[in-house]
Parts: sequence; C-alpha cells; structure tokens
Amino acid sequence: MTEVLLKVDGLKKHFPITGGVLGKQTGSVKAVDDISFWVNKGETLGLVGESGCGKSTTGRMLMRLIDPTEGQVVFEGKNLVTLSDNEMRKTRKDMQMVFQDPFASLNPRHTVEKILEEPLIVHGIGTKKERKQMVNEMLEVVGLSSYHAKRYPHQFSGGQRQRIGIARALMTRPKLIIADEPVSALDVSIQSQVLNLLEDLQKEFQLTYIFIAHDLGVVKHISDRVGVMYLGRLVEITDADRLYEKPLHPYTRALLSAVPIPDPAVKREMELLTGDIPSPANPPKGCAFHTRCKECMEICKTDRPELREIEPGHFAACHLYS
Amino acid sequence: MVHAPVLEVKNLRTSFITSDGEIPAVDDVSFSVNKGEVLGIVGESGCGKSVTSLSIMKLIPQPPGKIAGGEILLNGENLVHASEKRMREIRGNEVAMIFQEPMTSLNPLFTIGEQLVEALKIHKKLGKKTAYQQAVEMLKLVGLPRAEQIIREYPHQLSGGMRQRVMIAMALSCHPRVLIADEPTTALDVTIQAQILSLMKDLNEKLDTAIIMITHDLGVVAEVCQRVVVMYAGKIVEEGLVEDIFKNPKHPYTLGLLKSIPDIRDKKERLYSIPGNVPKPGSITTGCRFAARCEFVMDRCWSENPELYETERPGHAVRCLLHEKEGVADDRSTVKS
Repeated sequence: MTEVLLKVDGLKKHFPITGGVLGKQTGSVKAVDDISFWVNKGETLGLVGESGCGKSTTGRMLMRLIDPTEGQVVFEGKNLVTLSDNEMRKTRKDMQMVFQDPFASLNPRHTVEKILEEPLIVHGIGTKKERKQMVNEMLEVVGLSSYHAKRYPHQFSGGQRQRIGIARALMTRPKLIIADEPVSALDVSIQSQVLNLLEDLQKEFQLTYIFIAHDLGVVKHISDRVGVMYLGRLVEITDADRLYEKPLHPYTRALLSAVPIPDPAVKREMELLTGDIPSPANPPKGCAFHTRCKECMEICKTDRPELREIEPGHFAACHLYS
Repeated sequence: MVHAPVLEVKNLRTSFITSDGEIPAVDDVSFSVNKGEVLGIVGESGCGKSVTSLSIMKLIPQPPGKIAGGEILLNGENLVHASEKRMREIRGNEVAMIFQEPMTSLNPLFTIGEQLVEALKIHKKLGKKTAYQQAVEMLKLVGLPRAEQIIREYPHQLSGGMRQRVMIAMALSCHPRVLIADEPTTALDVTIQAQILSLMKDLNEKLDTAIIMITHDLGVVAEVCQRVVVMYAGKIVEEGLVEDIFKNPKHPYTLGLLKSIPDIRDKKERLYSIPGNVPKPGSITTGCRFAARCEFVMDRCWSENPELYETERPGHAVRCLLHEKEGVADDRSTVKS
C-alpha cells in the first residue's frame, strides 16, 4: 500500500530582476518553472541536476522558506502554500530540513544541547528535564555521545557536525526530511558513514526523504525514485533502478554518461554535451534542453514538452516519445 | 617505454608553525612524474595533497609554513634552493598550475586577454601583437568558441566551465613541462567536468605535458591518470599504476576508500564505511597513521612506523605492515621520520 505524503502541483518560483533607477522589474529568473511530482510515505525521492537547475529552490519552497510564485504543495492533505505563517510553523514540526554546509548551518555560539533543544522549545514539547533527556537520546541515535552536549560546533569535525544537523532535524520526530546536499561537503570516507546513518534512521523512525544532490552515485544509492531537473523543469522521474538502466530523456543520458566511473578498466562512451547551461533568466523557447540536445527536432524549438507517463511509472518530458 | 622523470620529489617535508608547535603537513613524500604522464594524487581533506603541490611551486606562505627538508628536482635542478627570481622564471613557464576555483583565480579587473598575454610577454619575451595572436590560438586550442571576443571580455562574463578553460589556456600558454592541476573539476558540474577532463587528456597527448592531477575523486583518477599516489595524513600510503590500485588495492585505507564510493553501476544494500574521522594534521606521531581507523590493525601498528614496501607488481608500493613480507622495503623511504 503506497500512500502519498506530499504532492507538488505546478510549482513555480520566478525571482524578479529589477533594473534602472526606479528599480522596475525588467524580467524574471525562472528558477523553478512549473514542476509537479509526489512523494510516497516511507520512500526516498532523489532530486538531481546541475547547479542552477532549481533543485535547492524546490526544496526550500516545500518548507516555505521561499514562497512559491504559483502552484500547490499538498502535505498530508493540507495545501501549505495557503497556510498562515503561524500554521506553517506548526506544520514544520512534521517536516524538517538538513542543510549542505555543516559549518554554516549550526550557530557557533550555541552548545549542541541548545541547538538540539531549540526545535523542542519552539514546538512546546516536553519539560526542561524531558527535553534534556531527549537531546541525550538523540545524540546517541546519530552516533554521538551525551557528553558531546556541552560542546560547541567548532569542536566537531565536518562529519560529526552533519550528524548534529541531522539530530536537530529529527528532534521533533518529523515525517518528512528534506536533505539538501547533505553529504557533498564531506570527505568520501565520511560521506558513506552519513549515508548509512540516514538509511538506518529512515527505518527506525519511518521517515520519508527528499534527497537533493548533484552526485548521481549518491542519489542512486539512497533513492527509491529519482527526479532529474534541468533549468527549473523536471525532465524525467521514475524508479532509481530504471532511470539508471534505461534513461529516456537525452539530458539524463548525457548526465549519466558524464559521471566518472572508479574503474580504469571501463572505457565509457561519453555523450559529451556541448556548451553551457543557458541562463534561467532567458531560457530557450520550447524544450529548455533543445540548445544542447543531439536529437533536437523542429517541434522542440517551439513547443514545451509536458511531463508524460511514457511507460508505467516512468515520466519524461521529451518530444521524442510523443 | 621508459622516460626520464621531468619532476622528482624526494623526501619532501613541509611543516607549518602553529601555536601547538610545528605541524608536519607533508611528511617524507617522494614521487616522480615522467614526460607526458598523468599522475594522480588522491586523498581526503588534510592529507597534504594541496600542500605538496604548493611546495613544488614554492607557494607555501613562509612563515608560518616552511619546506623543512627534501628535494624537488625539476630536470635535475633543485627548486628547494632556487632563488625567488629563479622561481618566477619557472612558475608559469616550466611548471604551471590550475586551481580549484576558477572564479577566484582570475583577476576580475583585467580582461582575459590582458591576463593571458602577461605570461607570454614575461616568459617568452613576445611583443604585444604576437602575444595576443598566440593567446587567441591558445583559447581556440582549449575549445572556446569566439576566442577573438572572449579575449576582450572580463571573467564575470564567462561561465564556470569557460573560466576553467581560460585557466587551462593560461597555464599551457608557455608550454610548461609540468602542469599541476589542484582539484580542477571539483567546482564544476558533471557534464562540464567531463568536458574539461577530456580536454586535459587531449592536451596531454597533443603537447606531451606531464600532469599532476590532485583530486579527492577516485572516478576522476580512473578516468585520466596512468599512475596514482594515495596520501593519508601527510604520508604516501600506496602508489602504483592505476590498474593495480583499482583492481588490487593493498592498503586498508585505499581499500576502504574504494569500497565506500556509491557506484552508479550497481546498488549495494549498504555502503562500506571507514569508521572514525580524518585525523588532524600532526595529531598522530607514532605508529601507522591509519591504525585508529583500520579494521586489520595489529599491536605492532601502534608503535612501528611502516615503510613503503614494494609488492610483486613493479612500481606498486604500500605502506602497511600487513604487506611487509611481500617484498623488501623501498629504499627511498628508509629515512625514518
């Protein structure tokens, strides 16, 4: 039985560009341009894409850390976009975020105990004594010890700090965790520790993850389903195994073939993409990828392809399959 | 084919003076690069890979840093004793470097052309006009479209991938013998990384420049390097041909590192992970530096400093007591630290 926990419908974020002496709006950066997807309860949805594709903006919009320009985010039947700030704050008890930079996302002047206790105070959970107890328990859960509670973030290594970031997100026992590049700042040997921890926690607390990353290997490892973004649009979304075995969209194919494989015996066939990602302030007409696509047709230059179900459970936005 | 090494680093020791005393960031490191070869140096943060490259260029800020010992031989000339004037002749001309951050290593106030031409004018004593012509040639060589316009543009007008191409053009403009690339693709997206790596491989073949590729990404190493040196906590723990290291890694650290990367080709139930943290430079002084995180640790590992032992494969050496019996100690590392 799969139950949908979060559903995103037609989500858009256009950041205004202002110019001139009067600061008039002269255009907009279409950071996220009409994306829709859903997340099932208990699964991990990976969102991949290159810098500027809008994956982080999407993550932040789900939490309403950035207000969407248009669209709906339905979490457990509630449309988050129309909630008042106060109601939204209450809802955030059930959805928490883990950030990329474990150096910047922890307050250097607070002890670990204070950092972890804060979400409990905000949501009015427990008495002072109970909260202390919960903090100590959570530290053990993420692989630290209760004697770490009195220390400051700078006394920890990158991997340990990321564990603190994860512990903070778990304090309110959320249902959904949005992890924005949680392992990209970490060394390879530490990265696998944190990935394993995230998987263990998912089982222990029945968590649902939205895992945003640019590393395709990491995303494949942790995700059940994966969505690929390009220039503010979702170009393909399906089961992780299927995406990596049989990618449909030409961009996904190029992206996968560009990943270096740690085996010198493998001679991979690279589909080198030419050129750079176009500016999201002035995206190409039609399919956003048509300027770099080898299989570009006339229709791609004029009509924007919709995300359609091409095979059961496999969605892609490409005219090749229409 | 046996080539004479272009660059040889022998028993290099670079340390930094801090309030906790002298910290050896690079401790007795020896390796060499041959003409036209791509050598990879891999390791995690704090292992001393960047300090090694900066030492070769003598770009270590002194003080607090200092090259405490060893030799850096460029075609037989010891750079450790070279004067600053001589180093200026060498940098950019015989040994060039590309840095990780293409955004910060270009001067935002000068056009691409002005920055490219500077090296050509100083090192090759070219006139303004010929220097500009050659700069345009270089930009075309690294695959930049509309080179004639780009040469008049400023760094902020280019994308990350284009800036890294400019950096490569600049580094190669004087045809250096050795190119040191310090994490050249880390700040770039995968599709752009693939472009830059294939460009570097191309240029390596075309111009026969030796490349030292410093990276933490084992995928990049497998892709472009012929030989690889694995560093951990300031020491070389394993070195050898890329095929040997990837197929038959000997050091528990190399083994762990290779097992802990998620592979896009198959999905493992659970990733292997090396326990513990990357040690701070200088925190371990006796015994094997990996002992605390090693799953094969023996009593001896805590007290004895392992040497680099040769294995049965030529050029494949490993610093681990487990492999002590396999061969005799490599004579280069007999100097005890």
